[in-house]
Amino acid sequence: MSTQRIQPAARHGEPLLAVRDLRVTFGRRGEEPFRAVDGVSFDVRPGQTVGLVGESGCGKSVTSLAIMGLLPTRGNTVEGSAVFDGEDLLSLSAPQMRDRRGADIAMIFQDPLSSLNPVIQIGRQVTEVMERHQGLSRKEAMPKAADLLERVGIPDPTARLANYPHQLSGGMRQRALIAMALACQPRLLIADEPTTALDVTIQAQILALLKELVVETGTAMVMITHDLGVVAGLCDEVNVLYGGKIVERGDRHTLFARPRHPYTVGLLNSIPRLDAPRGEALSPIPGSVADNLPWDSACAFAPRCPNALDVCVRQTPQWDGDDVVGLRCFNPMAVSR
Amino acid sequence: MTSETPQPPPGRTSYADRRKQRLDALAAASADEEGGVSLILSAWRRLRRNPVFLVGLAITVTFVVLAIIAPWLAPYDPAARPLLDDIRPQSNPVPGPEPGHPLGGDDKGRDLLSRLLVGSQQTLMVGVLATLFGLLGGVTLGTIAGAFAGWTDSLVMRIVDVMLSIPSLLLAFTIAALASSPSQWTLIIAIATVQVPIFARLLRGSMLGQRASDHVLAARSLGVKPHAIVFRHMLPNALGPVIVQATLVLAVAIIDAAALSFLGLGNPDDRRPEWGQMLGAAQPYLGQEPHLAFYPAACIIVVALGFTLMGESLREALDPKTRR
Repeated sequence: MSTQRIQPAARHGEPLLAVRDLRVTFGRRGEEPFRAVDGVSFDVRPGQTVGLVGESGCGKSVTSLAIMGLLPTRGNTVEGSAVFDGEDLLSLSAPQMRDRRGADIAMIFQDPLSSLNPVIQIGRQVTEVMERHQGLSRKEAMPKAADLLERVGIPDPTARLANYPHQLSGGMRQRALIAMALACQPRLLIADEPTTALDVTIQAQILALLKELVVETGTAMVMITHDLGVVAGLCDEVNVLYGGKIVERGDRHTLFARPRHPYTVGLLNSIPRLDAPRGEALSPIPGSVADNLPWDSACAFAPRCPNALDVCVRQTPQWDGDDVVGLRCFNPMAVSR
Repeated sequence: MTSETPQPPPGRTSYADRRKQRLDALAAASADEEGGVSLILSAWRRLRRNPVFLVGLAITVTFVVLAIIAPWLAPYDPAARPLLDDIRPQSNPVPGPEPGHPLGGDDKGRDLLSRLLVGSQQTLMVGVLATLFGLLGGVTLGTIAGAFAGWTDSLVMRIVDVMLSIPSLLLAFTIAALASSPSQWTLIIAIATVQVPIFARLLRGSMLGQRASDHVLAARSLGVKPHAIVFRHMLPNALGPVIVQATLVLAVAIIDAAALSFLGLGNPDDRRPEWGQMLGAAQPYLGQEPHLAFYPAACIIVVALGFTLMGESLREALDPKTRR
């Protein structure tokens, strides 16, 4: 397996998925509506891995569920567009969208322990996708399922086919879920915190596996995470979300080396470091998402921001940049160097 | 997960062996903490040692076996009247025990033991069929409500609520009384109908729980079609509490069936004995011959108790809250 990738070419290629001005509003009639995703735009090009980073509640999972068409229809409004291969996913009918899911776009979830059906054998769960999208019979699909399990690094795959989920460890279950997601060679994989529920050594294995598979098959990936370590290891481009808006975007080298938005800086500073002097206090971002101001007339991050100016609470910061790099801040960190 | 440990011949187990087995058992028990199959396995492990369950099981098995072999076991045809000559009006309307008739006869000179034995068949049939039909109806309604959610759910559940608001026995009486001619089948339908809302409510609740579960979301993210989501991913995971309820309903159905036939809403043909109907027929002789009522009543109570004990301990064993 080689790690070299034709970065510049991939970057300027036609986007596989183009999300434009995605807005998701929760709230039933008679309730105060809550805007979970507030005008998010980003591109994913073939073979590229794009990270969506942010704290809990910043709208990253909702973004992915909205793109997949998996949000409950009742009480939610999804606006904007998500053009995948020339087709707006958000305007597809439910059956059309079902034909895309699993075949063209697949998703991996946070909790591998509960994401498998406990009463069905692994083999049947993996073949189900192939039966559904490739019209194979279960008999035809079984050997393919064994191959898939082998590819995701499950030892003795033929025996595992007959196992029930509870007989596998957490890491094995996540591997099985990855096998299911990749069964029909989707062109886009959305990974929603795929390593959060796993312990550290398994996390590393799963990330290495994802990276390998993505490079091998040329699958584009959207990696949703709060873990900047995952981003550093995997993503080509990073989008930092705050309060439902993208506040900073850049390729991972620039973003980690020269973060501009105070929120990105805060996220980076709050990572515990092994090489930090003993007893050094962590520097978390003060406050919580609950302190957010509405984006309509201010910067949502202003109450927690060390760089906040007067203008930050009176005016909405505009997006300054394009679809490759950009920033939404009145008073960004100075570029050192 | 298999928890098979090699069993050395009894009496020759050393301390170390016993310890090893104990540890193996513990490891096996903790290894399959969750999941569908292991849930049943671990429930069975606890049930095996539960005296309440064993008593219930013994009663139930005895009853079912007796009911099945009753036609061959019964010394006389339950409709024949071998003791007719013993009935002397005025002095004794009911023949007492005598050789060959250990429990004596009933008011029409028929062998009481044979009638009790053959009567168990009717009781078993009504109980099982009423529970089965109730289960079918309830599972259908519960699946519809849980699968479609939204206004379908609201509609089905309001109907169910209305049915639940009427006391169950009263509702069963009403349905049985509405039938133009009472028979075994009106009895079964009446009792089954009463059970439908209970099953429906239970299943709907756990279906909605499944609907919101991670594995259903994961299946949806792979484009699995709605009918497969409902029947392959939601229903099998939601059935647990309904199955447990079914064992408890068996007891209720048997008691309800007895009550309805006692009141003459069951099978009117007394050549085919039924415990509730025998109880009803014993009513005029309650003063002089209480045993006529005692035997069928005792049978009903013991059998209902057997099913209840079994169902209750099953429920307890499968309830995640009381586990360990």
